Amino acid sequence: MTAVSSASPGLEGPDAKNRLFGPLPDVQGEAGYAEDHPARVGFFTDTSVCIGCKACEVACKEWNTLPMDDSHGKRDAMGMSGMSYDNTGMLGANSWRHVAFIEQSRAVDLPMPSFGRPGDDRKDTGLPVNPVAPQADGPLNAQTSVLNAEALTEYDPQTGQSGGDKQIRWLMSSDVCKHCTHAGCLDVCPTGALFRTEFGTVVVQGDICNGCGYCVPACPYGVIDKREDDGRVFKCTMCYDRLTDGLQPACATACPTQSIQFGDLDELQARADARLATLKEQGVESARLYGRDENDGVGGNSAFFLLLDEPEVYGLPPDPIVTTRDLPAMWKAAATGAAMIVGIIGSAFLGRRRS
Amino acid sequence: MSEQSTGNEPAGKAPVTPGAGWHRAGGEDLTRPRRKRRKGGGGWGGGNREAAMVPEAEFSSYYGRQIIKTPTWKNPEVPIYFFLGGAAGTSSVIAALAEFTDRPKLARNAEYVAGAGALASVVLLIDDLGRPERFLHMLRVFKVTSPLSVGSYILSPFSALTSAAAAFRLLDLKPVMGLGTKVLPFLPKIAGSIPVLRKASAVGAAAFGGPMATYTAVLIANTAVPSWHAPYDELPFVFAGSAMAAGGGITMALTPVDEAGPARKAALAGVALELAAMHKVENGHGIVSEPYHLGKAGKLMKAAKAATVSGAAITALLGRKRAGAVAGGVLLAAGSLFTRMGVFEAGMASAKDPKYTVIPQRERIAAREAGRGATTDGTEGNAVDAGEASTITR
Repeated sequence: MTAVSSASPGLEGPDAKNRLFGPLPDVQGEAGYAEDHPARVGFFTDTSVCIGCKACEVACKEWNTLPMDDSHGKRDAMGMSGMSYDNTGMLGANSWRHVAFIEQSRAVDLPMPSFGRPGDDRKDTGLPVNPVAPQADGPLNAQTSVLNAEALTEYDPQTGQSGGDKQIRWLMSSDVCKHCTHAGCLDVCPTGALFRTEFGTVVVQGDICNGCGYCVPACPYGVIDKREDDGRVFKCTMCYDRLTDGLQPACATACPTQSIQFGDLDELQARADARLATLKEQGVESARLYGRDENDGVGGNSAFFLLLDEPEVYGLPPDPIVTTRDLPAMWKAAATGAAMIVGIIGSAFLGRRRS
Repeated sequence: MSEQSTGNEPAGKAPVTPGAGWHRAGGEDLTRPRRKRRKGGGGWGGGNREAAMVPEAEFSSYYGRQIIKTPTWKNPEVPIYFFLGGAAGTSSVIAALAEFTDRPKLARNAEYVAGAGALASVVLLIDDLGRPERFLHMLRVFKVTSPLSVGSYILSPFSALTSAAAAFRLLDLKPVMGLGTKVLPFLPKIAGSIPVLRKASAVGAAAFGGPMATYTAVLIANTAVPSWHAPYDELPFVFAGSAMAAGGGITMALTPVDEAGPARKAALAGVALELAAMHKVENGHGIVSEPYHLGKAGKLMKAAKAATVSGAAITALLGRKRAGAVAGGVLLAAGSLFTRMGVFEAGMASAKDPKYTVIPQRERIAAREAGRGATTDGTEGNAVDAGEASTITR
């Protein structure tokens, strides 16, 4: 046995607590690394500053030489998804970063700018008067009037203000493998092809994977997938090759707005908490962290996010759990079922021959 | 100012929609998956009455796309593997017991069924791999957290022992013995010990027979696929019962009725277990039970029930006549195969629709928040509750 096991924490060792789910302070130690292993690293993806440029997607494809695919993961196919600016569609074997685009609107209860020809609302004084919002004071009134002209163009992408009673915003978020504390894919891999690295990330060894495909439905986020023509599974490695050379992952390096931040997980978590507090202070009520809570169903993620809406709006599961959490109960049921088979058939043989 | 509101929301009240009232812009709300529901039309039973079982729930998604990935396992190879593994597993137990209770024909037939089923299982499992030439990688580690790893260590000895027992049994046939002697000249010398070797193999195989039939239920339950994971403590019993119905049914059909009594009883007991456990799977898990009633899975489950029930009835009433045993056995085997295919299809369907992933998780969050609210300040709990409730408006 080598010191590093490609088996997941599982049921080995004396302390069975939190081996299948729950917080795990030292993931690498749990996987068998000596105490002097490097710190756990991760991504903090702050979607509030993502501009949807897809530099991360391009950098990832370039560095990892990933093949082209369409929005349904079909290899060497080019096609429009018909969904906004997102033609990547999803994470998969060939897309390890995926920028989601969500266009949203909401009704606003703001002073209504008037509709009509510009200047119609100007009275003989020459001073602008907004007939719909007469209670507004002078300077504001002037501004509204200027906006009235612009209101005819309906929508200003810079301010997110559309002319009417509607506000529009764009949510953009770069999704990636979460590198879970309790990774379902790693737990269920029967060959040991998936393993925990010294950085706490989860990586597939391409020369071991035999394409059984078990990890694909085991992932609660739908990250890992099989490349059909190749037969093996592929997913984000958090640029394991770059990490071992002291470089940042390609996506974080390419991100122009620091929406994707790479670093030691502790530090990123502190940074994320501070960022969330700042946004809340600024009145961004819908901001929340996703994957940050180590008490969630997967023991927290190495790659976590700051989102501006419910996770499912971005295509993320709202409350994922690692399927292996319930495995002891499943084995118990299977053992009982197997015993029942032997017991029932055994009792069927009782009694006289030639019944 | 509030008088100028759009009028869509109740006056004097801020909208309580989650995410501060944001929703997807544009005409058609693409965040809701388009329902493909053919109501009424022809087909089995005409319309899905079960569809109304769970009221239509509102939820958000990313352009209606699925969240988890659809399993890449081959269909129908993998459900057939589940069926064969179950039939072979229970047949091996029948074979071992028949060996020691003076039922030579039942023992022989059960050994053949177990051996053939196990070998076909191995072929199907290897064929399902993306890199079949690497199938031995399955045995380079042993992981209790991976049902497929555990299953590999069940299937390997099981297939080896069942095919050994079947091979020793084949040597009873004179031409086979003659052929075998040409290849292995020492065979006649050990002819006396062949029955002992065969019985030892049969007993060894029977030890793996039960687990062989039920581990496949853990294999599919231990995924993020909603309709497989939710009934995780019931599926092993469905598979156990279905395996007994198949193994008992097939051996019963092949064996003269005066020896086939135990196979008959095992098959009938299996049917009872399968139907009881399957009832819980199909009705006990709210929205996640829904895929078992809809579409292809619904049809397969209906066909499974029809075949299983009629097979059991024929077995019970006419099982002591050879024709009845054959008809009953064939129907029971067909029912078992349809059950596995139906369960497989239901899981695939639940993976493809985000609602089966999102809604149960939302309900879990709501239940947790409600629990937290009850233990702490009442007003705070209520506020959270209202917010959560609006997310999963039903």
